[in-house]
Amino acid sequence: MSVTTLSSSSIAVRQPGWIVRLFDYKPFLVVMCLAPAIGLLAVFLTYPLGLGIWLAFTDTTIGRRGVFVGFENFQYLLTDPLWWNAVFYSVVYTGIATFGKFALGFWLALLLNNHFPFKSLLRAIILLPWIVPTVLSALAFWWIYDPQFSIISYLLVDVLHWRSSNVDFLGSPWPARFSLIAANIWRGIPFVAISLLAGLQTISPSLYEAAMLDGASAWQRFRYITFPMMMPILAIVMTFSIIFTFTDFQLVYAITRGGPGNSTHLLATLAFQRGIAGGELGEGAAIAVSMIPFLVFATLFSYFGLARRKWQQGESND
Amino acid sequence: MTDTVAQSATAAKAAPDTMAWDSGLRRLMMIYLPLGCFVLILLFPFYWMAITSFKPNAELMNFKQHNPFWISSPTLAHIKHLLFDTAYPRWLWTTMMVAIGSTTLSLIASTLAAYAIERLRFRGSPYVGLGIYLAYLVPPSILFIPLATVVVQFGLFDSPLALILVYPTFLVPFCTWLLIGYFKSIPYELEECALVDGATRLQILRRITLPLAVPGLISAGIFSFTLSWNEFIYALAFIQSGANKTVPVAILTELVTGDVYQWGALMAGSLLGSLPVAIFYSLFVDYYVSSLTGAVKE
Repeated sequence: MSVTTLSSSSIAVRQPGWIVRLFDYKPFLVVMCLAPAIGLLAVFLTYPLGLGIWLAFTDTTIGRRGVFVGFENFQYLLTDPLWWNAVFYSVVYTGIATFGKFALGFWLALLLNNHFPFKSLLRAIILLPWIVPTVLSALAFWWIYDPQFSIISYLLVDVLHWRSSNVDFLGSPWPARFSLIAANIWRGIPFVAISLLAGLQTISPSLYEAAMLDGASAWQRFRYITFPMMMPILAIVMTFSIIFTFTDFQLVYAITRGGPGNSTHLLATLAFQRGIAGGELGEGAAIAVSMIPFLVFATLFSYFGLARRKWQQGESND
Repeated sequence: MTDTVAQSATAAKAAPDTMAWDSGLRRLMMIYLPLGCFVLILLFPFYWMAITSFKPNAELMNFKQHNPFWISSPTLAHIKHLLFDTAYPRWLWTTMMVAIGSTTLSLIASTLAAYAIERLRFRGSPYVGLGIYLAYLVPPSILFIPLATVVVQFGLFDSPLALILVYPTFLVPFCTWLLIGYFKSIPYELEECALVDGATRLQILRRITLPLAVPGLISAGIFSFTLSWNEFIYALAFIQSGANKTVPVAILTELVTGDVYQWGALMAGSLLGSLPVAIFYSLFVDYYVSSLTGAVKE
């Protein structure tokens, strides 16, 4: 307290109360300002993260405190075909959905970068799938994928006559897997497109003018100007996208709940099924923890694979 | 529908070209046609959702005699069923309270944190900023099992208060990062002037920095509101009794009953549950776009 009075006595001409002086003491103010955010994150994020890793090494169930069992949970998972199945589908889901989102999202961003009437209205409409609660749009997809009254089947069978029977979207493993991936791509396109559009708008038109004077074709301009200039923002958006696609839960839980025959379980839905619905907290936590290596790898890969190169900062290429 | 996308994906190469267009037809084929397909596919599920919620059951299940893309005799039966025969109004109310509560909490926490990190400039402030940013990369799917035990320990299981306290874990990192960007854009000289005039730090925050950061606060607020309205996995894991559920969870767990799905009621519930965020969104579109892109650029 003595420090407080010393440091602020020169400023405090009107002799304000000690509370005011205390709040003007910088270290105290810093601590007070950071306390709510750091406190919330420590109690509800850092502590659970550590607790989750601890739980993964115990045999805790709902209502019973577990004991440390070492790697038993993980050894069990390695022999569990359902876990391998979930790993396989999580990787496939993330790979195909990320590729689809970025190919289509980049294309949409390039389209939106043109000049045409009602541009801001269109940009607003395009973000809708991203704004609306995922579970609710997933329900709409569930209805679109209905085995009997699917509107897609109706179009293909009764309007276009391309097929003679209804499409079985969710009844067998591979169609169900791809139906979920399509729904995920649908939901992801707006975010990718709008983020990349912001990046596209920062590219100076003079670069394109210079390239055109040099006789570069449209493809060359895309390949050697647009694409390299977009790399930093692509790296960030892709890192986010991969993390949140790999750990996706809502779409799968809402549309198939892991079925048919557990073929569409992602690691997150499997963890929920074992941990919360089945009550095996330890095993569920082990499944959740088993996502971490994949996430770290994907983050490092997309970040260092795509991140800013030296020459983009004006240094020599390497 | 996915076929259209796949086919036209081959045309993607030519799309970036913005300067060599001369013929209107080519512009139509390369820009308006693919854009039209995108808008059609992105909006179709909402159209389908909306049209299903006003269709009588007879039309829903009979595509042969009724054109499925239109309603011949619209009905409010599904919405009436939802509002008067289920706890839907209660769910809406809970969701609203949770969203408002967690948004307020995270706005206060992240404004203070962003101010401390960006303006008080203590030693190590960049690292604190980085730490908060890294918290954003921890997905809820990893946390929900241990968090469920934490919530039980605190005696908050099955209480909406648990959601209000837990949602800031993903809102605070986002809002803090967004607000740091906004605070950066406010000239530091303004604060120096106020310091010279004898204002305290808290007076500066309240009278100078916050009024100038209002657009940032609005962006962070509407974003947090939307994210907490849409949150699913925590609400599913922490809330058990039907009355305390949030809209997304309640529709999926309370309205999906038995083998015969009440598609009309399900879609009406989805439509009503999406409307608040959609309306909110339409009022603040520019803030959404700027916060989305601002957060990515930071």
